[in-house]
Amino acid sequence: MTQISRDDVLHLAQLSKLELGDTEIDGLRTDISNILGYVEQLSKLDTTGIQPTYQVTGLSNVWRDDKIIDYGISREELLACSPEVADFQVKVPKVL
Amino acid sequence: MTISEVLTKIKDTSARAVVENSLKLAKENEEYHALLSLTAERALKRADGVDSGKISGKLAGVPFVVKDNFLAFGAPTTAASKILENFNAPLQATAVEKLEAEGAICIGKANLDAFAHGGSTENSAFGPTSNAFDKTRVAGGSSGGSAVVTALGVVPFALGSDTGGSIRQPASFNGVVGVKTSYGAVSRYGVVAMASSTDVIGCFATNVSDAEFITEIITGRDKNDMTTLPDFFEVQANSKTNQKIGLVKDFMTNDVDPEVREKVNEYVEKLKSAGHSVEEVSLPMAEYALAIYYIIVPAELCSNLARYDGIRYGRRAEGVTTLAELYGKTRDQGFVTENKRRIMIGSYVLSSGFFDAYYLQAQKARTLLIDEFNKLFETYDILIGPTAPTPAFKLGENTAEPIKMYLNDIMTVPTSLAGLPAISVPAGKNQAGLPIGVQLMGPMKSDAKIFALAKSMENK
Repeated sequence: MTQISRDDVLHLAQLSKLELGDTEIDGLRTDISNILGYVEQLSKLDTTGIQPTYQVTGLSNVWRDDKIIDYGISREELLACSPEVADFQVKVPKVL
Repeated sequence: MTISEVLTKIKDTSARAVVENSLKLAKENEEYHALLSLTAERALKRADGVDSGKISGKLAGVPFVVKDNFLAFGAPTTAASKILENFNAPLQATAVEKLEAEGAICIGKANLDAFAHGGSTENSAFGPTSNAFDKTRVAGGSSGGSAVVTALGVVPFALGSDTGGSIRQPASFNGVVGVKTSYGAVSRYGVVAMASSTDVIGCFATNVSDAEFITEIITGRDKNDMTTLPDFFEVQANSKTNQKIGLVKDFMTNDVDPEVREKVNEYVEKLKSAGHSVEEVSLPMAEYALAIYYIIVPAELCSNLARYDGIRYGRRAEGVTTLAELYGKTRDQGFVTENKRRIMIGSYVLSSGFFDAYYLQAQKARTLLIDEFNKLFETYDILIGPTAPTPAFKLGENTAEPIKMYLNDIMTVPTSLAGLPAISVPAGKNQAGLPIGVQLMGPMKSDAKIFALAKSMENK
């Protein structure tokens, strides 16, 4: 059964962009190990030659005209959702 | 409270009186914590619009509640999370718009497990919802609040979303009808996405006809949701006689609560008395459904939840200096533990090196499950079984062990993975007075057929 280490948890957290607090790490380590242990039962199944199912309705390539759609929402309204805005742009801290 | 009773009351009094009464009931039942917010101001304004004749339609003045993962005006859309605590949606979900176009009035937004991750509504960042029949027990989930307000008679119907049982299981726990539509039947535009290949929209109501009526209104192709199917839903006036119904024996093992099995068997007897034939059938892949689900769903939701980054909308962590810190702290503070657990599982199963063993294997196993359903539906019109293995459990009973909590969805997850329609209908109560639901499942796009059968069996 898969055993997840503390370092694994921190790596997964980093991949997931989560800065976990110390109190949560051990619990998540146990839970994730148990859940992976549970789902591992699928390895018992013989799926040789079976196609994966990614979606169930068979719809594919649903096209629309390449035109601007009016959703009835203004730029101001959308920008108003952002925590920090300047000069009609979303503001973020420095990247590096 | 049925929709036709409410319409009569509106005719006898006014839409305002009816909406005011719903709001009053919502406040009187605050201790259940079924609602996260009321949209009173907007609701009363719309009620006045109905009374003055400006707003009309088949549901003119009828109050309803939406699960708080539907974008709707009048209150924030929180998804029961801290990250969206103050998010005011700039648009409304198509399902809400369609109901409003018929004159329905949204009075509030219902509690859920944060981002619909859970089966008890205990994962709400704002505290759990209590069961309508026993306040020491869970509402079920993730659409727990919607089920409870319907059961308490605050509103005649409510909207929810169902990714692996999130409408059906709380419906079963609270003695109301809960509908999981065929995948693609109802537009998901404006609903907070969880797992894109299984998420569906549906409703709660106090009887099958009402649920059917609401489903008829909200279904249909939507140009804003490319995954919606061409219109197919058409109400069937009468149910086909002499149907062949399969009782899924994999859902009736000794692990399932005896009183739940008893209620299912009673329903089966009624089906037989009504002239249908019922045979035991086997769905061996059901045993693996939960394992498939807990690979595919975390994989999809970790992608869908990547958008909550504190940049374009929602809460942003304070006191951060770099972008990396902004993402990490915002998401740590904004998600509950169950969100993090699932996001991290998703990151794990999609990691290079693990992808084939987990995600690809799960998608192949999903094909095997769908093949089994298809084979059964060559012979059987409808499948039947319990909705959940037990009646509502105690608050706190399963919170320490995620897998124990997940196992509650063992009977609802298979149809979700296959995209099939299924509804939970009340089938009586156990000795302790807790409701038990029976689940009717049909082939793709057979929603109307399931309603017709369930309707013909109601009050029998």
